[in-house]
Amino acid sequence: MRALVLFSGGLDSQLAAFNIKNIQGIDVKLIHFYTGFCITEHKRRLNIPTKYGKIPQNPALKAAANLEIPIEIIDISSQYINVILNPKFGYGKNVNPCLDCRIFMLLKLREEMEKEGYDFIVTGEVIGQRPMSQTKDKLFKIEKETNLEGLIVRPLSGKLLPQTIPEKLGIIDRELMWDISGRSRVKQISLAQRYNLDYEQPAGGCCYLTDEHFALRFKEELAFKQSLDWDDLSLMMIGRHLRLPNGTKMIIARNEAEVRFLNGFKNRFDYAEVENGTFAIIKNLNEGDINTIFGIMARYSGNKAKEVKLMYNNNLINLFSEPLTDDIINSFKIGVETYVRGYKG
Amino acid sequence: MLEDIKANIVHNVCGTYCPIPISELSNQIKNMNIGDIIELIADDPGVVEDVPSWCKATGNEFLGVYEEDGEFHSFVRKLKD
Repeated sequence: MRALVLFSGGLDSQLAAFNIKNIQGIDVKLIHFYTGFCITEHKRRLNIPTKYGKIPQNPALKAAANLEIPIEIIDISSQYINVILNPKFGYGKNVNPCLDCRIFMLLKLREEMEKEGYDFIVTGEVIGQRPMSQTKDKLFKIEKETNLEGLIVRPLSGKLLPQTIPEKLGIIDRELMWDISGRSRVKQISLAQRYNLDYEQPAGGCCYLTDEHFALRFKEELAFKQSLDWDDLSLMMIGRHLRLPNGTKMIIARNEAEVRFLNGFKNRFDYAEVENGTFAIIKNLNEGDINTIFGIMARYSGNKAKEVKLMYNNNLINLFSEPLTDDIINSFKIGVETYVRGYKG
Repeated sequence: MLEDIKANIVHNVCGTYCPIPISELSNQIKNMNIGDIIELIADDPGVVEDVPSWCKATGNEFLGVYEEDGEFHSFVRKLKD
């Protein structure tokens, strides 16, 4: 018997993998899905160091190395966009389609299980830990939707859940699983200490889709464009976002790392830049907003009169511009007010 | 010297970031024979830690990494299918 573990690298999935491999003695492989929305991965793309001054390491790889369990990283980002835009079961507090996300990943895992000849799936889910995807009812719904009834083993809450097929077959010993439920992490932390497992972040801290600011940008842009692509979503993770009076969108770098990152979009968007100043990607540029763009660039490039370069439809426009005032710029910022004004539901 | 290693496959993933370089490494190594060596060229500095971690997890041999002009050349010998 062999099992696949849905693996984020967080403490719960580490404990689940540890239980099945080290306590139950089953051969396992870890599967980590790349969605494009992991905050740690994004920080690394920007070269933002950790508090210890190091480049953050991929948490799943680090944990897999500590556990000495083979890991496979599968890029599902191109298909995942449909899950975000059209979630059958809706969003959580922000734009997190947690239930659809779980179902999508488990369907992918089922494909892998059938293709590679694995026998069951293991997850680090805990009853009652997350209101949208980890209540008992939701766990059963996930199994039904993925046609994996009885084939998902959840070692952290295993004693509180119905018997799975591997238990009925005597492959998994129910008594060796745990009875964890709820949002408290005390038991998990105690187990991590007992088994010498390394972990970095509390649960749920690594997904942009649960981030309030990302959600505001997402809803505003979707209301404006009626659709989103990967570039739209990637740009939502970075910079200041402004919607100008005639509909132009500006994404302005706040530091050198963001200047570098946004430069990667130059080949497919209009942009504005100030030498030794900031850089901005411009989307849906309306000519009525051009003077405003110049004033904003001067504001965020030292708040002094500056020469601003605007690349618009492959034509370069140079202008020496005075900065706009913060009062004016703040009225363009995509935040709560803009969201209420612009979002059609 | 790492620079003198003759890899069976050289795979350039410059322009991709965590965790795509590792996903690419994993995909490439599946089609290699046991004992073969792959040279992975990436400009994501995180590979310096990620490639050894992946090797430790999967039981393959990390031979080393060197940097040249902002590109990281990592060498891995396949030990397991």
